[in-house]
Amino acid sequence: MKKIAHVVCVVIVGVAIFCNITGCVRTPPEKNVVTVWHWMTDRDQAFKELAARYEEQTGIKIKINLYAPSDAFSRKVVASAQAKVLPDIYGILGKKKIFASFIEGGFVVDLTAEFQKDNKQWEKSLFPKALAANRFVEGNVYNTPPGIYGVPIDVTNIQMLYNKKLLAKAGIKHPPKTFAELLAANKALARVGVSGLVSGFGEAWMAECFASNYAFNIMGQEKVFATYRGEVPYTDPDWLKVFTVFKTLTEEGVFARGIVTKGNKYAEQDFALERAAFSFNGSWCVNVYHKMNPNLEYGAMLPPAISTEYPMRIWGYAGSSFVVNNHSVRKDTAIAFLKWLTAAEQQAYLARETKNLPANRRALASVPDVLSDFAEVMDQTTHPSIWPLDESSLVLEKFDKGLQSIIIGEKTPEQIAQEVQEVKEREMAKQKRK
Amino acid sequence: MKIELNITKANMFEWARNYCFVLPAIAIFSVFYIYPFYEIFNLSLHEWNGISPNRVYIGFENFKELMQDEVWWSSLVHAGYITLIALTFQNTLAFALALACDREIKLKKFYRVVFFIPPVLSEVVVGLIWQWILHAGVQGGEQIGLLNRFLDKIGLHHMVNDWLSDPKTALTCIAVVHSWKGFGWGFIILLAGLQTIDKQLYEAARVDGATSWQSFRNVTVPMMVPVILVVVILTVLGSMQVFVLILSMVNQGLVFHTEVPVTRILVAMTGTNRFGYACAMGINFGVVLIMISLLFKIISSRMKQA
Repeated sequence: MKKIAHVVCVVIVGVAIFCNITGCVRTPPEKNVVTVWHWMTDRDQAFKELAARYEEQTGIKIKINLYAPSDAFSRKVVASAQAKVLPDIYGILGKKKIFASFIEGGFVVDLTAEFQKDNKQWEKSLFPKALAANRFVEGNVYNTPPGIYGVPIDVTNIQMLYNKKLLAKAGIKHPPKTFAELLAANKALARVGVSGLVSGFGEAWMAECFASNYAFNIMGQEKVFATYRGEVPYTDPDWLKVFTVFKTLTEEGVFARGIVTKGNKYAEQDFALERAAFSFNGSWCVNVYHKMNPNLEYGAMLPPAISTEYPMRIWGYAGSSFVVNNHSVRKDTAIAFLKWLTAAEQQAYLARETKNLPANRRALASVPDVLSDFAEVMDQTTHPSIWPLDESSLVLEKFDKGLQSIIIGEKTPEQIAQEVQEVKEREMAKQKRK
Repeated sequence: MKIELNITKANMFEWARNYCFVLPAIAIFSVFYIYPFYEIFNLSLHEWNGISPNRVYIGFENFKELMQDEVWWSSLVHAGYITLIALTFQNTLAFALALACDREIKLKKFYRVVFFIPPVLSEVVVGLIWQWILHAGVQGGEQIGLLNRFLDKIGLHHMVNDWLSDPKTALTCIAVVHSWKGFGWGFIILLAGLQTIDKQLYEAARVDGATSWQSFRNVTVPMMVPVILVVVILTVLGSMQVFVLILSMVNQGLVFHTEVPVTRILVAMTGTNRFGYACAMGINFGVVLIMISLLFKIISSRMKQA
């Protein structure tokens, strides 16, 4: 009896271990199901509707999984790459260096051949600027094999928005075009108790983007790139002018109170509820503002230029993109779905429903009126993801935090320039040692 | 000889059977504790962006850099400040309310439920609610934030502030909100502790002519020491690791004034993509927490002896 009990115990323990081990084993992928992971809360419903249509047409089920907000999505994708459990289709957020790492890690399918099939039919249907963020050219700084690795779903750019009603209330007839006009407009707005500019500077990249616009305007693209290469110091008078833009806007009361820790969602709410006359935001805001306040009357404008020597360049090109998992057993099915998703009909539907600029040039006719302001300046856009070089992330962190320091009046532009340059030199020395 | 062999076989069976019983625990402990710790330590010796298949071995470089990282050490100080506010403000409030609810007062059960609402709310929700309360904006000459509006209405215009964007107040605001959210846990534990004190001790003290204060000092406090220590340890460990509240109140932070160790680790992992450095930070932070726990263990055993 005792022996039987022992055997039973051993069997139970064995079964428990077996269950533990098999419980960790991946479940086999479902047949005829393509899984898509995305972070775009505002586009989730439209994606699901399109997925249902695709299933109706082809019998292939598309499982759309939303993981928001975007930083949580980024973390999930990185962790899934480490565990090799990425879905068939997913998005890669962040800098191009990260995109390159995913390619280097073998997590992304090279789509060049697909884009070039049938006399480049797919490639030609999309805006070149939309593809640029997903393209790695010959001799790129990341040493990534040249090719197109992602499929753009839309294009975007980041500009300033102005509230027509509030500007009229302050007696301002047209949106400011120069920096001096912006300061004058702010004074007029202050007289009628209206705050100036609101933005999500609590998300550091937005302040960095704003500064980058002025850097291109003040010193031109070549000098900005020369700084990233370490040939021009951040203490250069032109960079001091860039930092001083933030000081001036703070001292003149243009920045709305609390801008420095405000998330973009809150900034969008403030502008939609007419708490500020100007906003610095991306073209995705059209959909957001429509949901928050359908009666909001506003227009888009370039950030008022400070110099006439170089044009104002805003961040644009890269919208949302999807990539195909190289480890997926349904690569071809996934690519076929993405081709269908970026076709004119589906792109027109997405543009109508989500009020984003489409990646397919033939769908531009379906763009809502308010987006045309954004579409008009696509030629003036640039983006770190298409630059031939990359600034160190530690330098950028110091730069972004430095901008915050200037806004809260803690440090001067000169101090920040010096501090950023110190980090730059340290990083360059580190690179040399390597 | 044959008998000896049988005994050996029996021993072997016994040995194997015993190990079968502990094997699941060893396996789980190894897979979920030892291996991750080994992997974290191993990663801390590498430069790695978290995705690339190439990890570059750099020895103890990450630890060396960490020693000179002023932002990291100041983040530990910030976490210490939040912990200090929680230990004093949060626990004093929790103890006072627990004492009040331990007495025969009206609506006692209602208060217990109300005081336990903040801890069960999501930190994100709490952060967003307080962000609205502390909003610094103005619309049509009126303050938007509840606190600033209140200060404005009662004539304290000079106290109206940009609470979360002012380096002097941002961290304190976070610490106060953290305490507000956390006092309910301490309240419940302390209340449970108070209810275990034998009421006869108070009777005896009263017969001996003790005042309320003397009863509290000589009966309540000594009897509550073990419970208070548990609350203190939980408060310290919880406060040192706060970060969700910070993210929901000040997003990526106010310069480096609201950085705490966990936000620095997050930035290193997902902002600057330095997984190796983030692991070095994690190990350093773990050591700090272990040292704090040991310190409290020593204090606890000394107090018990006393």
